[in-house]
Amino acid sequence: MPHSVADPQPAKTATSAFESWGRYPRYDATIVPLNWQSDFPGVMAGLHGGALPVGLGRSYGDVCLLKDGNLLQTTGMDRLLNFDPVTGILTAEAGVSLAKILDFAVPRGFFLSVTPGTKYVTLGGAIACDIHGKNHEFAGSFGNHVPSFELVRSDGSRRVCSPTENPDWYAATIGGMGLTGVITWAQLKLRPIVSRKIDYEGIQFHGIDEFLDLKQRYQHVEYTVSWVDCASTGRNFARGVFMLGEHSKAPGELKPSPERKLVFPFDLPGFALNHTTVSIFNSVFFHKQIKPHVKTVQDYEPYFYPLDAVLHWNRMYGKRGLVQFQYAIPWQHAKEGTISILREIAKSGLASFLAVLKAFGDIPSLGMMSFPQAGIMLALDFPIKPDLTFPLLQRLGDMTLEFGGRLYAAKDAAMTPAQFQAFYPQWQRFAQFRDPRLNSSFWERVTGGQSTL
Amino acid sequence: MSTLVTRPLDAALAASSEAVIAKKILVLGATSGIAEATCRIWAAEGAQLFLVARNAEKLAAVAADLKLRGASYVGAAVADLDDTDKHAELLTHAVNSLTGMDIAFLAHGILGDQARGEQEFEHAAQIIYTNFIAPVSLLTWLANYCVQRHAGVIAVLSSVAGERGRRSNYIYGSSKAGLTAFLSGLRNRIDREGVTVMTIKPGPVNTSMTAHMNIKKADVNKVAKTIVKAIDKRVDTLYVPFLFLPIMFIVRHIPERIFKKLNF
Repeated sequence: MPHSVADPQPAKTATSAFESWGRYPRYDATIVPLNWQSDFPGVMAGLHGGALPVGLGRSYGDVCLLKDGNLLQTTGMDRLLNFDPVTGILTAEAGVSLAKILDFAVPRGFFLSVTPGTKYVTLGGAIACDIHGKNHEFAGSFGNHVPSFELVRSDGSRRVCSPTENPDWYAATIGGMGLTGVITWAQLKLRPIVSRKIDYEGIQFHGIDEFLDLKQRYQHVEYTVSWVDCASTGRNFARGVFMLGEHSKAPGELKPSPERKLVFPFDLPGFALNHTTVSIFNSVFFHKQIKPHVKTVQDYEPYFYPLDAVLHWNRMYGKRGLVQFQYAIPWQHAKEGTISILREIAKSGLASFLAVLKAFGDIPSLGMMSFPQAGIMLALDFPIKPDLTFPLLQRLGDMTLEFGGRLYAAKDAAMTPAQFQAFYPQWQRFAQFRDPRLNSSFWERVTGGQSTL
Repeated sequence: MSTLVTRPLDAALAASSEAVIAKKILVLGATSGIAEATCRIWAAEGAQLFLVARNAEKLAAVAADLKLRGASYVGAAVADLDDTDKHAELLTHAVNSLTGMDIAFLAHGILGDQARGEQEFEHAAQIIYTNFIAPVSLLTWLANYCVQRHAGVIAVLSSVAGERGRRSNYIYGSSKAGLTAFLSGLRNRIDREGVTVMTIKPGPVNTSMTAHMNIKKADVNKVAKTIVKAIDKRVDTLYVPFLFLPIMFIVRHIPERIFKKLNF
């Protein structure tokens, strides 16, 4: 039965007990499991150093790490507590994964209102990063579908937070990177579906203008995302595939998902991903769609979670790991910013596959530190080549700032304190909500190591 | 002892038509890691469950979860199973709430602190009381209940630690050794009455009980799956993971003059 299938836990190695998905940076930390809503803050007694609540370790950089600290792993707190099939509101403990929520919801005719590109994230992590999905224009981000949750602080105080009850704590915790306290349970509003199927359309485009035209033409379609080729220059610059999807309206079978089988078995050597292999991959991906316009019906699993089919696909990047880069630039400079940044990336020759381009809509996020804002979002990974990758990321960060955009903490391993504080000028106000016993390597890095409380 | 979940009308109605298939299962120590994982499988099968645990808040969360996962009925009672005087009342209430019982799953127990138990007799006695004496009281009642009906499975979590006393955990181990011996005798007595007595001997399993232990541990969901299957097949003794069958054979047969010098 799907209920008994374990979520893939973060890889554990001798050098680092808990890895983020990018496997960079790596820090030693003590893992302290939280199995019950009442475990925190009791478990803090006798612990040395700070702590950070973490889930399945699917954020990329160091937001889920705390060097030489304690990681409060919430995945044992995974109980479903209540479900109202009229409102679609599920109440669950924060360590439950979205995969488990789908196992429960889909056979009952419900789906996540917002889903990221992997289902192996926890409910608490999804709130803490205020994650977004392919339907941002329609649904906003994850926090927009979380009517309430409980926040427990290291002083033992417990608060139910909602837009009307403790609204400041509610706003600080959504997108709050786990720093405001431990979320024990949360409500999540699910949306009805009548089928597992997605009506899919893929359309090739060449250049940002065509992308924007397609976005305009298909603004009535719920899920839109584009794969974009960041490696090509010249005639093929910014070519891509615009991918549309909608939950099929024809009633279909709502059976639970089968277990996954494939695991990426070993670390590829560092040289395996280079400009040539990546260019070949990108050409294949572009031409895999032989016709410029394809229409089909597919299951939601390959549509939303193509990479979940292969566990630990991040091993493809070898032991050195990867870094992600993801910006959101407001419409005012979205087009020129995206073209300039894509040029810079193509010129660097460091681009990898799986670059994702998407328009964010104008539904405001509820979190004080949320990432999404109306405009264009670009996300891609870079393999780590120490002399090249980080200088490039600094340039790209500065360009993002110049164009009025910002970077996403959950995908970041390279922002400087100056960049972060310019992207999120409200950070000092947020710092007042941080739990004094909680900290992350990300927070230490971007606040310049200074103690904020 | 208090009842947390009363039987809802719809479940009672559903049960009347499903009574043939839905297993009626009593779980003692329902908030233990192995018990909870096992109950999730039973819940998905639509079983009727009665849960007993010490901590009301944890029990409420587990009960709510199992109900949502598909259990056709979930009853629950908060009880400290060290309180053997209350056992008859508790078990009567549980069996009445379930309107019968097909499976009793005894999963409560404590690991205790070996180092402390070496110095304090009271702590050693506590470990043996919770893991051995209290189950004897429960098993006496349950065995007699099942014998009268010539039906039922009594599945009990013992441990591979009971196979041979080791310096690192012989107090816990001896409590489980006593339990294993008791179960073997009980099986010898009542198997012929149509009652299955099952001794489950897990190796180290990844649960909150073993969170501090830095060793290779089995996945609790796989262990739970194995237990559910074994109960369906009415197995007498189950080593889980199965590899512990040969491992413990070797451990039992190491000559004492060598064994006494080993560190494990």
